[in-house]
Amino acid sequence: MSAVPAPCGARDDAEPKSEGVWHAAWRRFRGDRVGFWSLVVVAAFVLLIAAAASGLLARDWQEEVGVPNAPPTLLGARTAGPAGAGAIEAPRGPDVDLSDIDPLAPRYGEWDERARQYRTQESPKQETLPFGGDRFGRDVLAKAIKGTEISVFVGVAAALCATLIGTLLGALAGFFGARVGDLLEWVYNVFESIPNILLIFAFAAVVGRGVESVVVILALTGWTGMYRQVRAEFMKHATREYVRSAEAIGASASSRMFRHILPNVSHVILVRMSLLAVGFIKAEVILSYLGLGVRVDQVSWGTMLAEAQSELILGYWWQLATATLFMAVFVTAFSLATDALRDALDPKLRGLE
Amino acid sequence: MAAYLIRRLWQMIPTLAGVVLLVFFLFKASGGDPAEVLGGLNASPEQVDAIRQQLGLNEPLWVQLWIFVKQIVTFDWGRSWATNEAVSNLFATRLPATLTVMLPILVLDTLLALPIAMAVAYRRGSLSDRAVMVVTTVALSISFLVYIIVGQYLFAFQLGWFPVQGWSESTLTNLLVYVPLPVLLAVMVGVAPQTRLYRSFFLDELGQDYVRTARAKGMTEGAVLFRHVLRNAMIPILTNIGLQLPGIFVGSFLIEVFFSIPGLGREVLLAVNRSDFPVIQAVTVYLAMLTMVINLLTDLAFKLADPRVVLK
Repeated sequence: MSAVPAPCGARDDAEPKSEGVWHAAWRRFRGDRVGFWSLVVVAAFVLLIAAAASGLLARDWQEEVGVPNAPPTLLGARTAGPAGAGAIEAPRGPDVDLSDIDPLAPRYGEWDERARQYRTQESPKQETLPFGGDRFGRDVLAKAIKGTEISVFVGVAAALCATLIGTLLGALAGFFGARVGDLLEWVYNVFESIPNILLIFAFAAVVGRGVESVVVILALTGWTGMYRQVRAEFMKHATREYVRSAEAIGASASSRMFRHILPNVSHVILVRMSLLAVGFIKAEVILSYLGLGVRVDQVSWGTMLAEAQSELILGYWWQLATATLFMAVFVTAFSLATDALRDALDPKLRGLE
Repeated sequence: MAAYLIRRLWQMIPTLAGVVLLVFFLFKASGGDPAEVLGGLNASPEQVDAIRQQLGLNEPLWVQLWIFVKQIVTFDWGRSWATNEAVSNLFATRLPATLTVMLPILVLDTLLALPIAMAVAYRRGSLSDRAVMVVTTVALSISFLVYIIVGQYLFAFQLGWFPVQGWSESTLTNLLVYVPLPVLLAVMVGVAPQTRLYRSFFLDELGQDYVRTARAKGMTEGAVLFRHVLRNAMIPILTNIGLQLPGIFVGSFLIEVFFSIPGLGREVLLAVNRSDFPVIQAVTVYLAMLTMVINLLTDLAFKLADPRVVLK
């Protein structure tokens, strides 16, 4: 008789409520020191991005606040000679009066008058900047912050879109199988058979430039892995008992797919999406470098690196270093947090990769 | 075997048709009017119309699709819009350069990653294992771009160990003079992810029962590792190499751009920047075909390597 379940009302006080998946995962995640501190770093970056997006930080990254290629403050101002080697020396010797042969001479006075109507203001340019300046004298730190906003936005937005496409198609293919499955499998095969770089280039050739285009290109070419995994999960779950029971009590197909199965595979999707985001952030950097990414009036880590290449030859390494530093810290933290997330959500996989 | 081969080839047809349709409609839907691209800014309406007539753009859609399919089958894509070079000529002249760079990269990547991954997996959890994992994580987080920019600057420009960029007619000169630096940089970057992946394959195998059995029988660790674990782990590793194979034909366009190697990847990138559609379309379609064939060959190779594999 002891096997008979207790009446519903009595159960709560009889035994403690079992821990939910997300609760347990969070408990494991907090126990992972590396993962936890990586998450803190990522959160700090999110704050930075929010500040940049709302205009609190780096709003005037296009201001030319320093001298061209201003060195970082730590190095001190440039001492060697006048402003760069290419500076033209001011002419010496007395001015020659050409007014007797210059046909424009009668208008000199008029022009002087006109010129006096305008005031030129010499804004003071700083000799050094915290992280140095680029060739226009723009603050590299401000550029890096603004670039973080764009690069991370592109990566995350593209990952979201790719996840949406992959999950929807994967759910349909895995749940219904048969005709729908075959059709989607065909689409998948078509996308998979074209090498990824070529697919990206082909889409880039027709979609055009700009932040939105990069998101579209990456999402339309990057959904296949997600599709494959979600499809496999849905195939596995579609025959499970809880889904059959839901069917027995009259749950519709869409309800079974998205209210019953989806929450049970959402951890897989979340981990996969984080991996996608890392990949897309790196892809954006390369696309922007190649000129297929963000426009000239915007800044991302990729455009910073593109400028850095020609600066490096002249010995101005700080833009390269700053962009690399920002990217390395963010991507490392994000990857470590993702690893920890996967371990927390799926303890079976711990330490496998 | 023959039945399997025929079925696989038969299955390729719908996929191939899909690739053709995708490429066709992708460029049809949003590629802009090719006639205006070709005509240039100063073309008169009559000239643009003549070009449209010549390209068959005034025909109904299905006729255009038929022209496209004919181009694919006959290998006659006409000429590049930008350089007027025959598109079929592109493959013959650009592919060798790409392969000259990519083959050494693939071989070195694999030969380096295998022993490292095996050693690291064997000493799982030890300091060196964790050190390698941390180093690879950080190394992976830095963009490939940075490695190339810094590597080219440091090794070629500052130290002068290698030429900064260039290419020659002779394959041997290329291999000895121009290829080493790009390969070195690509391998430096490629080994890290490869090691992580192979490590997980080795770990999978090391946890299997047959390993415990072998050890219980008193086999030496070397025999366990090399005779049992390595051979079993080779299956996912070979799969992974098979997956990488199609990529070596496209090449690493970044490397080709930086070191001005006249390969296929750089050509496609140039074509994208010039809106040179025939080149992009041709490369995409043929490389998709090539990928399918290579995948089939990989599967067949498995049958030879592992008698347990049943082809179905």
